[in-house]
Amino acid sequence: MKVSVYRYNPETDLKPRMEDFDVTIPDGKDIMVLDVLALIKEQDDSVTYRRSCREGVCGSDGMNMNGVNGLACITHLSEVVKNDKLVLRPLPGLPVIRDLVVDMSAFYKQYERIKPYLQNDDPVPAIERLQSPEDRAKLDGLYECILCACCSTNCPSFWWNPDKFVGPAGLLQAYRFLADSRDTHTEERLADLEDPFSVFRCRGIMNCVAVCPKGLNPTRAIGHIRSMLMERGT
Amino acid sequence: MVTNVTSFGRSGLSDWLVQRVSAVVILLYVICHAAIIINTPDMDYLQWHALFADPVMKIFSLITLVALCAHAWIGMWTVATDYLTTRMLGEKATFVRFLFLVICIGVLVVYLLWGIMILWSV
Ligand code: SF4
Ligand code: SF4
Repeated sequence: MKVSVYRYNPETDLKPRMEDFDVTIPDGKDIMVLDVLALIKEQDDSVTYRRSCREGVCGSDGMNMNGVNGLACITHLSEVVKNDKLVLRPLPGLPVIRDLVVDMSAFYKQYERIKPYLQNDDPVPAIERLQSPEDRAKLDGLYECILCACCSTNCPSFWWNPDKFVGPAGLLQAYRFLADSRDTHTEERLADLEDPFSVFRCRGIMNCVAVCPKGLNPTRAIGHIRSMLMERGT
Repeated sequence: MVTNVTSFGRSGLSDWLVQRVSAVVILLYVICHAAIIINTPDMDYLQWHALFADPVMKIFSLITLVALCAHAWIGMWTVATDYLTTRMLGEKATFVRFLFLVICIGVLVVYLLWGIMILWSV
C-alpha cells in the first residue's frame, strides 16, 4: 500500500513536503494506522509521531488520516483507506514541531482558561462531598474526554481564533464543571464565557462531533452553555 | 473573558440574540411580501403605493430595515474577526480590519438613512 506522510522539520526544511512509502500490509489483517506508522519507522526512523498507550486512552496520536482527524491507534485501515492509498498529516491548524507532531500549547491554554477543576467555597466536609447518582449522571458524556485535540483542530472557528475561541474540547470541559452539582463557581465561570468569542464563535458546524474518537458531543455541551448564559442574561 | 470594543452589543450573548431575532423579523417580512405579491396577481402602482402608505407597513418596514442593518453589522464584524486577523494577514491586519469595518458602518448608515427617507416619502 502507498502511504504518503507529511514531513517537516522547521529547523532544517524551508517548507513541508509529502514523502511516499511503500508499506506491505500483513495478509488478511486489518491493522491500525499506528501499526502502519511503526512499519514506516522501520524503513526510515526519522519519521516522527507521538504515541503512548496505543489503545485510545492517552490521546497522544491524534492525526489527520486521509483528511479525517482521529487516533491512529484505534483507526483500522479499512475505516480510512480509499483506493489503496493513505495520506497522513498532522492535526490541522496547530504549529508543526516535527512531521506529525504538533505544538498543542494553544489547545492547552484554552483548556487551562476554563479552570478545569472543582471550585467549591463551602466548608470542607469531614469525609467527602457527596453527589446524588442523578447529579453524577449529568457528567456522563463529558468527563470521558482524553484531550486528544481531534475536535478542536477540526473546528474552523478554532483555526481562525485559537487564542480567543475556547474550542470544542475546552467547552466540553467548561460544561463538565458547570454541570457539576459540587461546583459553586457557576456564576464566575459563565461570566468568563459571555464575550463574543469564547463560546459564541461556535457556529454549530458539528465538525467536532464528527471526529471525536470517544463519541462525545461538544456541540450539545456548547448548546447547554448557551442556554445557561441565556437564562443568566435574561 | 475576551474583550472586544467593536462588537455590536459587546457581549456574545446579546449579539447572538440580536442575530437570531433580526433573522426572524427579516424572514417574516419576506414571507409577508411574497404572500401579498402572490395574492395580488395584477398589482399596479396605486396598490403598491397604498401598501407602503399604510402606517402599519411603514413601521414593519422600518423595523425590518433596522433589523437588517444590525444583522449585517454583526455578520460582517464576525467575518472580519475571523478572516482579517494577524494570523491571516500579519502586522497590517488591525488596520485592514478597522478600515473594512469603517466602510461597513458607512455603507450601513447610508443604507439606513436612505431607507428611512424612502419609507417616509411615501
Ligand atoms: S460545532 Fe462549534 S465547536 Fe464544534 S466544530 Fe462546529 S464551530 Fe467548532
Ligand atoms: S472531545 Fe473527543 S475529540 Fe475532543 S479532545 Fe475530547 S476526546 Fe478528543
